[in-house]
Amino acid sequence: MLRASLRQVSAALKEGRVTPTELCQQCLSLIKGTKFLNAYITIAEETALKQAEASEERYKRGQPLGVLDGIPVAVKDNFNTAGIETTCASNMLRGYISPYNATVVQKLLDQGAVLLGKTNLDEFAMGSGSTDGVFGPVRNPWSYSRQYKEKSVPKSHSEDKESNWVITGGSSGGSAAAVSSFTCFAALGSDTGGSTRNPAAHCGVVGLKPTYGLISRHGLIPLVNSMDVPGILTRCVDDAAVVLGSLAGHDPKDSTTIQDNFKPFELPSLTDVSKLSIGIPKEYHVPGLSGEILALWSKAADLFQNAGAKVLEVSLPHTRYSIVCYHVLCTAEVASNMARFDGLEYGHRSDMNESTESMYAATRREGFNDVVRGRILSGNYFLLKQNYEKYFVKAQKVRRLIANDFVKVFRSGVDVLLTPTTLSDAAPYKEFIKEDNRTRSAQNDILTQAANMAGLPAINVPTALSERGLPVGLQFIGRSFQEQQLLTVAKWFEKQVQFPMIQLEEVKGHDRDVFQHKKSASFS
Amino acid sequence: MAAMAARACGGAWRRGWQHGRGVPGPALSPFPRGQRAVACNARVGAVPAGKSGLAPWVPVVGLEIHAQISSNSKLFSGSQVQFAAPPNSLVSFFDASLPGTLPVLNRRCVEAAVMTGLALKCSINKKSLFDRKHYFYADLPAGYQITQQRVPIAVSGSLSYSLCIDSKMSQMVTKTVRIKQIQLEQDSGKSLHDDTRSQTLVDLNRAGVGLMEVVMEPDMCCGEEAAAAVRELQLILQTLGSSQAVMAEGQLRVDANVSVHHPGEPYGVRTEVKNINSIRFLAKAVDYEIQRQIEELENGGTILNETRAFDSKLGCTVPMRDKEGKQDYRFMPEPNLPPLILYDAKSLPANMNHQQVINIDWIHERLPDLPSVKREKLVEQYGILPEHSFALLNEDGLAEFYENVVKQTRMKPKRVIGWVLNNLLSYLKQHSLTVKESPVSSFLLADLLNLLEKKEISSTAAKQVLAELWKGEGKTPLEIVKEQKLQLLQDQKELEQICQAVIDRQENEVMAIKAGNLKVLNKLIGLVQRETQGRSNPVLVKQLLEKKLEVATREKPHK
Repeated sequence: MLRASLRQVSAALKEGRVTPTELCQQCLSLIKGTKFLNAYITIAEETALKQAEASEERYKRGQPLGVLDGIPVAVKDNFNTAGIETTCASNMLRGYISPYNATVVQKLLDQGAVLLGKTNLDEFAMGSGSTDGVFGPVRNPWSYSRQYKEKSVPKSHSEDKESNWVITGGSSGGSAAAVSSFTCFAALGSDTGGSTRNPAAHCGVVGLKPTYGLISRHGLIPLVNSMDVPGILTRCVDDAAVVLGSLAGHDPKDSTTIQDNFKPFELPSLTDVSKLSIGIPKEYHVPGLSGEILALWSKAADLFQNAGAKVLEVSLPHTRYSIVCYHVLCTAEVASNMARFDGLEYGHRSDMNESTESMYAATRREGFNDVVRGRILSGNYFLLKQNYEKYFVKAQKVRRLIANDFVKVFRSGVDVLLTPTTLSDAAPYKEFIKEDNRTRSAQNDILTQAANMAGLPAINVPTALSERGLPVGLQFIGRSFQEQQLLTVAKWFEKQVQFPMIQLEEVKGHDRDVFQHKKSASFS
Repeated sequence: MAAMAARACGGAWRRGWQHGRGVPGPALSPFPRGQRAVACNARVGAVPAGKSGLAPWVPVVGLEIHAQISSNSKLFSGSQVQFAAPPNSLVSFFDASLPGTLPVLNRRCVEAAVMTGLALKCSINKKSLFDRKHYFYADLPAGYQITQQRVPIAVSGSLSYSLCIDSKMSQMVTKTVRIKQIQLEQDSGKSLHDDTRSQTLVDLNRAGVGLMEVVMEPDMCCGEEAAAAVRELQLILQTLGSSQAVMAEGQLRVDANVSVHHPGEPYGVRTEVKNINSIRFLAKAVDYEIQRQIEELENGGTILNETRAFDSKLGCTVPMRDKEGKQDYRFMPEPNLPPLILYDAKSLPANMNHQQVINIDWIHERLPDLPSVKREKLVEQYGILPEHSFALLNEDGLAEFYENVVKQTRMKPKRVIGWVLNNLLSYLKQHSLTVKESPVSSFLLADLLNLLEKKEISSTAAKQVLAELWKGEGKTPLEIVKEQKLQLLQDQKELEQICQAVIDRQENEVMAIKAGNLKVLNKLIGLVQRETQGRSNPVLVKQLLEKKLEVATREKPHK
């Protein structure tokens, strides 16, 4: 049952084949069984069970709230949840309990979803590995899959097998791992430069970054306000459409959301793609792109072409400035957004009390990790009066050019763009941490970030397994607010590629030792 | 333009300096009573006049005024706005900057700013932007203030204000100060430093309240001008209702930029004077600062570009503890607020929800009469002097009070004004009461003036009645007149006898009068009045005395 899609399990709930409480308990027990993944920071067992009971009552009365009623979900720990800790994986907010729910969380709860817990991330979502949070790195469930073990592990006999685990990508790695390891049916992530799509690609799940302004950011602890979007992680494209439908629309608490009402949609199953025009942006052929991903990308293009779609090479000439431009805009907003963490109203406060200023300094030194502090420092540099024009304003102009590139391409008749999501499959943790966060982020965001610059919807669709037996995904980028078209194409593609299901080995043990002892048999 | 303004100002400054010494402020000042006197006193002995001998100093004064918007809720949150509520009782999650909260612009605050902009003849920007201004301070929980640094809501306006230029306060001049811009921004919270326990207490009730920052160009040249300009702005804001503008409650905060230079030379280094919490202190602070700078420069010193605080107890400005040297506010666009778009009748989209748009023309059509217009109307309608109209508008509700009295009495408006301004108003001032709190209603005063008009009592008696009415015992003027026997002596014979008795007693005066010094007659009239305890009709007394002394005054005959 846990491997089912959201829509399947929803149907099962409706038909009484499973009760919300049973479902919730199974998920909770699996969360405990996969604790070594470190996907969750907080497990909200008690409230989840209460929510499941309430849902069960509604089903008994024959009045469920909708598709989401009774569905166990997880939420990235940078969304505020009333009564449940919200930490951003930072010492600054360790133990912080928000008095309010983020709009997206409230919407999920209002529709009967059961909130299992808060998922792990890079501190304040700054990273691309889910390795840089105070609660430790998230492990990619595929590290423990039969597929990976068969292909990769044998070649490194001498080494400790344990050390071969691969990262989830980030920063929403906890959410991706949670969906991928079947501990929940959908999870919320956030996406500022690729933070939903990147871990989705590495964990073999669907990761949707909606158009900026389609989903409320109220209650999402910001990284870059002008690029942040709540992201949706699910097992399949249809599920992503369901969750999108339940979250999208105007929020009076977020002035940057669209004014119009959003109509939830069901995705048609395309049979004919001959009217589609798929753009292949040549600039995404970047140095560092692995051969197998490049091959997969062309194979996908061929797939469309062979099915009768128009596939053409397009150019987004300013994309190559995206990384450096993002660096300036991101750090500047980070510097600004992080200014509120001064230890006065909430969060960590240092014992240093010689003066208000020394308290601020000590609080922020103790509360933030090096990555966060580094970004604050560069951001403030870019915002200095003498630098503002040279860096910030220039970056904004380049951002406009990047966005205009997309407008031009879409205006020329292209419906969706097809690109890789990541440069390669997931790196082993020990390899990944050899480079610093900044270098890694710059590398890993390269294929995803431009969509954030332009505010466009984009989705990762799991496509195939790499030679090492790890998931690889491709990205579709759509027109502004044309999620339905984007998801329809993604669904067609998903159906063609038949991405294999993860074959998780032992996950019932309560710690890694049990796991290492190879008690086989996968869970139900 | 600047040079011209400067020259004009220099003159005004000197004039102000010379005539101002120790002369107590007459009642008809454009700003609250007494303030001018204090401002002038401050100058006495500061620097010997004309010590420089060379070219005169030209002071330049510009103002930055923060007016708290009168609205039910804050600029970007739904928390209530209220003065003196229990600490931290009006704080939303956004006001406390809880992570993940976002600003939502308050329509009422935008309308207030548009109204104010229109009243100050500004051009309203159809598109304005919000920015973040960063600095760390305990009462600024976000670490930045949302303001309008790049494109403010209103720009390029002007404000006309009047002030008296002679010591008798009877000659008024009208001046104009240019308004550079009006910007919307958030107020900060309040920090209370407890030095004994070395702790700082923070109250966030004020954090996030809407402010209009009105920036006035440096077109003024002395404390009096600055004070008159602010007073006029205050009246305008109160008339519009866009701000209550009570300085004592911090709803109107004025910072003054002051510099001095010689004519023809570039502007001097300026200082910013803060902590000014009344209009009276504004005049005083600016004049002190001008004087201080002149003195400093004449003694070979230099002026630092610094922030100074006005110490109202000492009557001087002192350097403020600098917040960690020069600040770089690291301005950045506020990403959570789209540009603020306003419409006029022409640009208004047809099928737009009216709740979603603000129409500048609609607001313009509904602007109330501004103080300057009201004054003109009063002068025109009642034939009073311009300075009377200033005095009437200077007190909240006084013009309405005056108009009510006029309506209810047969006395001419020109005469009524004296009773309202000289008698009633001075009573109110003595007892620190507002017009609304006056124990003498417009009805009672009208009643009293009617008795006077019908010649049933003398004006001296009327004053006595007013004093009695002031006690607020619920008696009518007529009752008081009867009780205290204040009616005019109607018995001609009795009055003649009294006149005769006075003449008999005052031989010297009678001789003087007969020798042609008719002024002395007034003394005799006064004595008769005293004899009758104010119950005689002075006109009649004069006639009787003249007849008895066989003199005729050259004055025009009374009606």
